[in-house]
Amino acid sequence: MNKKNKEAFIAPLGTNNPVTVQVLGICSALAVTAQLKPAIVMGLSVTIIVALSNLVISLLRNTIPNRIRIIIQLVVCAALVTMVSEILKAFAYDVSVQLSVYVGLIITNCILMGRLEAFAMSNGPWESLLDGLGNGLGYAKILVIVAFFRELLGSGCLFGYQVIPQWCYEHGYINNGLMLMPPMALIIVGCIIWWQRYHNKQLQEQ
Amino acid sequence: MNTNKNTYTFIYASIVVIIVAFLLAFVSSALRQRQQDNIALDKKKHILASLNIFEKDAASAFDKYITSEQLLNNDGTVASEEKNCAFECGTSDIATKRPLYIAEVNGEKKYIFPLSGQGLWGPISGYIALNSDKNTVYGVDFSHDSETPGLGAEITNRDKFQKPFQGKAVMKDGEVALSVVKNGNVKNPTFEVDGLSGATFTSVGVSKMIQGVLSNYAAFLGSSCEKNCEGKACCEAHAEEHESNN
Repeated sequence: MNKKNKEAFIAPLGTNNPVTVQVLGICSALAVTAQLKPAIVMGLSVTIIVALSNLVISLLRNTIPNRIRIIIQLVVCAALVTMVSEILKAFAYDVSVQLSVYVGLIITNCILMGRLEAFAMSNGPWESLLDGLGNGLGYAKILVIVAFFRELLGSGCLFGYQVIPQWCYEHGYINNGLMLMPPMALIIVGCIIWWQRYHNKQLQEQ
Repeated sequence: MNTNKNTYTFIYASIVVIIVAFLLAFVSSALRQRQQDNIALDKKKHILASLNIFEKDAASAFDKYITSEQLLNNDGTVASEEKNCAFECGTSDIATKRPLYIAEVNGEKKYIFPLSGQGLWGPISGYIALNSDKNTVYGVDFSHDSETPGLGAEITNRDKFQKPFQGKAVMKDGEVALSVVKNGNVKNPTFEVDGLSGATFTSVGVSKMIQGVLSNYAAFLGSSCEKNCEGKACCEAHAEEHESNN
């Protein structure tokens, strides 16, 4: 793997993270992060879909007419999402029930169109696949961090299992219900952005 | 090749659409049978969950425990007893056809009613199993499409939300009295179940769903009490007995 490919894969996990630096995919970061399990499932599904649609668009990139490129991108994503959802329903029904509305939400995820337009339209298939995987995982990483704090502080659980011991509740500890509301996801994402910019000089605006 | 020409654009768009349409149609028709089997199996799992049965092989457990299925008339008499007549009812048929499953668990007869209603964001559904007295809740199972994870979605939580239904009484003076009340406001533990804190709308949705659907069966549910003990006074005695049990 040469340096450029490595960069395409690694950068989205850190200094070019789709959520905290490119500020894409915020909407679904609010919607699915009240618990860890859906957050992980969503992160993985987005990773798969971004990687595959990046690959397909990159293969087609020299043939796509410029004036209808966005529509072609949309058709490719929508077809992939629909197929993945059909396959899940047939072979992993429990997972598809768990995902329910989220699969449909993937089509509207801005990371998808963002990466197709910004990267896959002007790079080769292999780089695009890596870029898709990197961005998907970078998105999943933020989702998991946010969901960890929201589930821990909001319901006292992780993966649905209670981790805050019962005696804490008996001594007056109360779960923070606000953590389960979407605004807290935004505040946690804000804290992550703050922390990341504090540690990365190149991300700070002059 | 000039990819900006109008003819090229038209041809390209048509080809892409045809390929995608063909792919989707192929995937959909190739997988349809498997998907329908999965949906039916999932339905059986939920019906068994209302009987507190969680066997791995849901299909054979369903055949083992569910002894018969019925469709009821408004006056509580049986309209149909064909095999699968209740299982084939969709959610829209519940109010008009009154499907009912009859199960036998450990030698005791249980009645299972399919439920369907509205939560906060979308439809909710479930099953409620009653004991042979047609009044005491044996078990419940709820599912939802899109309630908030961690709040409304907790109606699927067995220990937290579904267990407390067990042993509650349903009917009072010929009306459905079983209800879910706002968290911490249980006044009459015979009929009332504590709602979820932070998910009042979903809890109320569950309450309305149970009352709305079971009131269609009022004639059927009321009949056992009146038949066994001739009249209202005795039904009240039944309710009181319940209260003292709690």
